[in-house]
Amino acid sequence: MDTLRFITCGSVDDGKSTLIGRLLYETKLIFEDQLEALKLDSQKFGTQGERLDFALLVDGLQAEREQGITIDVAYRFFATPNRRFIVADTPGHEQYTRNMATGASTAQAAILLIDARKGVLTQTKRHSRIISMLGIRHVALAINKMDLVNWSTEVFDEIELAYRRFAHELCFETITAIPISALEGQNVVDPGNAVMPWYQGKTLLNWLETVRAEDGDINGPFVMPVQWVNRPNLDFRGFAGRIASGSVQPGDAVRISPSGSQSTVTEIVVYEGLQQTAKAGESITLVLTDDIDISRGDVIASAAHPIECADQFEADMLWMSEHALLPGRPYAALIHNKSASVTITHIKYHLDINTGAHLATRTLALNEIGTVTVSFDRPVAFLPYTENKRLGAFILIDKLSNDTVGAGLIRFALRRAVNVHWQALEITKSARAKIKHQEARCLWFTGLSGSGKSTVANLLEKRLHAEGKHTYILDGDNVRHGLNRDLGFTEADRVENIRRVAEVAKLLVDAGLIVLVAFISPFRSEREMARGIFDPGEFIEIFVDAPLQECERRDVKGLYAKARRGELINFTGIDSAYEPPASPEIHLRTMERSPDSCVDQILSLLTHQRY
Amino acid sequence: MSNDVHSELESESIEIIREVAASATKPVMLYSIGKDSSVMLRLAQKAFYPAPIPFPLMHIDTGWKFREMIAFRDRTASQIGFQLITYTNPRGRAEGIGPITHGSAYHTDVMKTEALKQALDLHGFDFVFGGARRDEEKSRAKERIFSFRAVGHRWDPKAQRPELWNLYNTRISQEETVRVFPLSNWTEADIWQYIRQESIPIVPLYFAAKRPVVKRYGQWIMVDDDRLPLEPGETPEVRMIRFRTLGCYPLTAGIESSATTLDEIVAETLGASTSERQGRVIDHDGAGSMERKKQEGYF
Repeated sequence: MDTLRFITCGSVDDGKSTLIGRLLYETKLIFEDQLEALKLDSQKFGTQGERLDFALLVDGLQAEREQGITIDVAYRFFATPNRRFIVADTPGHEQYTRNMATGASTAQAAILLIDARKGVLTQTKRHSRIISMLGIRHVALAINKMDLVNWSTEVFDEIELAYRRFAHELCFETITAIPISALEGQNVVDPGNAVMPWYQGKTLLNWLETVRAEDGDINGPFVMPVQWVNRPNLDFRGFAGRIASGSVQPGDAVRISPSGSQSTVTEIVVYEGLQQTAKAGESITLVLTDDIDISRGDVIASAAHPIECADQFEADMLWMSEHALLPGRPYAALIHNKSASVTITHIKYHLDINTGAHLATRTLALNEIGTVTVSFDRPVAFLPYTENKRLGAFILIDKLSNDTVGAGLIRFALRRAVNVHWQALEITKSARAKIKHQEARCLWFTGLSGSGKSTVANLLEKRLHAEGKHTYILDGDNVRHGLNRDLGFTEADRVENIRRVAEVAKLLVDAGLIVLVAFISPFRSEREMARGIFDPGEFIEIFVDAPLQECERRDVKGLYAKARRGELINFTGIDSAYEPPASPEIHLRTMERSPDSCVDQILSLLTHQRY
Repeated sequence: MSNDVHSELESESIEIIREVAASATKPVMLYSIGKDSSVMLRLAQKAFYPAPIPFPLMHIDTGWKFREMIAFRDRTASQIGFQLITYTNPRGRAEGIGPITHGSAYHTDVMKTEALKQALDLHGFDFVFGGARRDEEKSRAKERIFSFRAVGHRWDPKAQRPELWNLYNTRISQEETVRVFPLSNWTEADIWQYIRQESIPIVPLYFAAKRPVVKRYGQWIMVDDDRLPLEPGETPEVRMIRFRTLGCYPLTAGIESSATTLDEIVAETLGASTSERQGRVIDHDGAGSMERKKQEGYF
């Protein structure tokens, strides 16, 4: 007996939870004690008067029952003699789209509900685009609440036609429209001929029992990402993982990505002993003939069909965080079993949910879908998502909050990594620094506007210059007059501002200079990104710390006053956040000490490091 | 393996268990001695074979487990050879807190929830396996497989991390923890069929036998030993009963049954008309009681 994982989706109040409750009830999956509890709950929270409110069987969170809405995805289980089902009941509200996507990502089919009185809504389209993007190919269009439109065939036909017109551009293989009443049960389990003699098609349960459960990965070439290296003692070394496609037998030749080394499978080890063959979906442990270096995140594949590696991709992206996607910001990523750091280098477009139009944008907000260029910090083995979900899906994680913020689907690799080679230069950074009798450094001053960054940096440069050191100051205001004059003060632009300055500073450090960067640089992530592109020890973070009231009192440039009057928006400290460094190399409290004494503090650290 | 459903569930669970071993700093598997724990234990053996299980198992002992459960626990640990940690809330022990004297809600709070948090903090465990299944209870049906817990072990059901595909976000900050549920997608019937298919040893209390019981709140409570004071007029009678679920003994009721083999248990489970948690007094403490307990750190 096979298992079908499916989701119910659609707009708010289209009856998703009621439908699941009905399915569970009619397939006898509701136990007597649960029915008793349902009766009590229906009286307390129910929206169906004297009748049982089936939605309460599924809406398991207290907040959901009180508000009568679905917030998070619920997984329920039922079976008929023909099939076993795992259903994800997903929320309809736009704000909970990420929970809907969670449910959709592992589903093989979808029931899309539509309220017959309302027809195709924006949320219907949003969910359709997401399930199509995530690879669901079979959809039942359950046109619900037919009882409220007098079981009208015209209403049904009109909605079906409108939906098919819309879905034409999506990737569904089959769309099966079924008129139902989840509340009264027609065409859910039992046919509704009595009230809808004009409908002769399948009931929803018939459809669920017969729809194809996509598992197209079984027949492809063998691919298995390495999840864990099993090395209990010197005599055994196995590579544990779950097969992403194809099958494997002892004797098969395999190739490892990214290293490119080749070997042969000697054993498939499972708890029961040695296995003669294993196929897609199975968790196994492989032993190879050669003692080669393979670690978690590498991919073992059939030698005849080796897996490609790349570090730049075009990908579809669903954004799932209240904090918008910021191109240039480093995020943590997980693709199959490989962890990496990535940045979105470019957003090609943002998809208009209603019309499907491609809109230009610099950022993606919560629940928005776009197509982006993503850059990994190392080559990863991959397959396009449409070929293999396990090798083509990745998630993005915010490095500070550790929240999962984005879901990505690889379309294809961009060849840039292969074509743009790093030019090896013979004169090195240390050689350039050496003839200047110094060590190259990046001194990164961060702090509120008016905290004293420029003052201290200027004074420090004078002192260094007097000692015969070769220096350069990158000042926030000055750089915005030239290199960064196309950037404003939105969060996205600030991230790009810092990225460019960090890259410039890196070039100057490479030239052997001591570079002083004086930028507000309000976000921890970007300062960490900047730190990351320098060699260890080269980057010195200097927190120029003065309380906001003090900076505002100084207000050298009159900017705080403007911001308070509302003439400047996104001003750090007023309506845009400043994230102080957690552990800067140097912490300067400019309220408590003079600029000269601050410079002494920096110089003493530099001297200690023998710059 | 002959059965495809179980092969798929098994592979998914093994993947989850291995993911924790590959990413956690200090993982632990909670071991409650029940049937779900027995399945989870077997899956852990399978995940790492031929290596031994690379983390300890921990039993939070409320002091009110059936005697047969404790005997089974110690026997299993020595047979399989895993590291077993047991923990009892010292305050609860000192104050003699029990379900009969203090009520089920308070007992559970102190001897299970508080004890669990103490034990996790004591050892500094960051990833904690639990054997909960989504088909058990409505709020569990809503929980992620990797369930993030903030500082203080709190669960915020309204702010769960999205969990797409089989990509599990295992990044946490200091003092944050993750509860991991490898059996999320298993049903009670799956558990029994798997125990039968794999011949997994389980506590004998799951099999019907003649046992001394008294009837309370309409349910059969077993008289395991003199920890259960009899109420005036109560005389234990001997009935053929078994347990569908095992918890603290006065909090878990038996059912009348003649199922003495795994085949009979599977048949009985598939034809059951009440849910297994019906025998758990804890769920009846009020609507949303499980969700509230989970928010406070209960499994």
